[in-house]
Amino acid sequence: MLELRNPDAPAVPGEATAWKRKDLLDTDTLSEAELHLIMETAEAMREVRARPVGKVATLRGFTVITLFYEQSTRTRASFEVAAKALGADVVNLTASGSSVEKGETLIDTVRTLEAIGADLVVMRHPKSGAPYLAARNTAAGIINGGDGTHAHPTQALLDLFTMRRHVGDLAGKKVTIVGDILHSRVARSNLWTLLASGADVTLCGPATLLPKTLAASTGEGARCTVTTRMEDAIEGADIVMALRMQKERQDRGLIPSLRQYIASYQVNSRRLALAKPGALVMHPGPMNEGIEIAPEVAHGLDSVIEEQVANGVAVRMAILYLMATGRHA
Amino acid sequence: MTSPASPYLGPDEISRTVRRLAHEIVENNRGTDGLVLVGLLSRGYTLARRLAEAIREFENVAVPVGALDIGLYRDDVTRRPAPPPVRPSEIPVPIDDNTIVLVDDVLFTGRSIRAALDALLDYGRPARVRLAVLIDRGHRELPIRPDFVGKNIPTALIQKVQVRLHEVDGLDGVFVFGEEASHA
Repeated sequence: MLELRNPDAPAVPGEATAWKRKDLLDTDTLSEAELHLIMETAEAMREVRARPVGKVATLRGFTVITLFYEQSTRTRASFEVAAKALGADVVNLTASGSSVEKGETLIDTVRTLEAIGADLVVMRHPKSGAPYLAARNTAAGIINGGDGTHAHPTQALLDLFTMRRHVGDLAGKKVTIVGDILHSRVARSNLWTLLASGADVTLCGPATLLPKTLAASTGEGARCTVTTRMEDAIEGADIVMALRMQKERQDRGLIPSLRQYIASYQVNSRRLALAKPGALVMHPGPMNEGIEIAPEVAHGLDSVIEEQVANGVAVRMAILYLMATGRHA
Repeated sequence: MTSPASPYLGPDEISRTVRRLAHEIVENNRGTDGLVLVGLLSRGYTLARRLAEAIREFENVAVPVGALDIGLYRDDVTRRPAPPPVRPSEIPVPIDDNTIVLVDDVLFTGRSIRAALDALLDYGRPARVRLAVLIDRGHRELPIRPDFVGKNIPTALIQKVQVRLHEVDGLDGVFVFGEEASHA
């Protein structure tokens, strides 16, 4: 039976729930009310996807362009499926094969896309901050699909959605993120949504891959712990998220060897036994099975890694819907 | 906007009206076979649950109740100041070949019902769809008519009709705002 509440009343007391943003660049400035709105809208989209015909016509006449300067499987495909499930038209562009190869600047590219009729541009770029530059130079809404080592807001939102579906309210829950925190846009964007949700966040990895100042920058009273000790990090955790360990980190001397990393930081069943029974196992993908995560854990009973991908479509539908139909000054 | 001193309909009148509508729906369907009540969120769904409860009292049958959200089907999505909130619909049984009674609180322009029909038909092909409303206030903009009406309230366009139900609003009452309504 559905929960009944006055649809005119704000979900978070004292805060308006209307979507007013032109762009979604990171999660750091999202209010509790905005997070709630995205989560509630994503629930409705999940129901749409579960129907025999998981498609509606709400964004008929809207054009979504994906502009990827970096390779991607799930983010790009997930945005395309999400936009099509809402009835929008989708154009996919990659840097290779586009005028970027002829030297066109990012600003010129987004202005061109706006002139073509893009309402929303989903953008991935290897340089941190690139979507901010794009957003300032176009009337089209910019959605950050991952920029450098900075932010990946839609991944954090789909992670939050997945966590809340399994754990419910995250207040006081211990969420441990393990791996290359320093270079992880996923970890950074997750940190903001988790802290806003009242979770205790533990970031764990080798000292060379941990940001020295991150815990201090999360603000007064924020419950963020940074540690190099895997056993401490995972002990009593409600949720354990492993991050992809990129092989080039070894070439740059940030880890002694992959074998050493596996020995100290792999999320495996022996270490997971220290977490709460039934602790959720997550990974943003793509996985290096046998490196940051053991196969028996990645495909174990408590793994929600595939569900993260499925939820990604619903959450991206919610974001596209809110951004396409929202009014911004 | 403040409430008028007295509601157009009070809790007892709403309760009697819901029970009469429940009898009419079952009579029209010649029993409860294949009957599914689908209410528009939130107050239509609340009324659908009350209708089902009334039917259970006199027929001793639990009629399935669904909830339908029409946010994604509205025709004014780009004309509103903010995106209409969307919530999950919940259709508990297959609607194919059943008799669906759509339930809403106030019938006005008919645009919500148009959206509800589109939403409903995404779930299957019902044998027939009927429409039950607590209040019909007139001023249709689309060719839609109700099959079961609790109360016709003649209104001026500038008036507002609001149904409040205690499950959602904490109290029961039908209120007419604006110029004084003529009690029928």
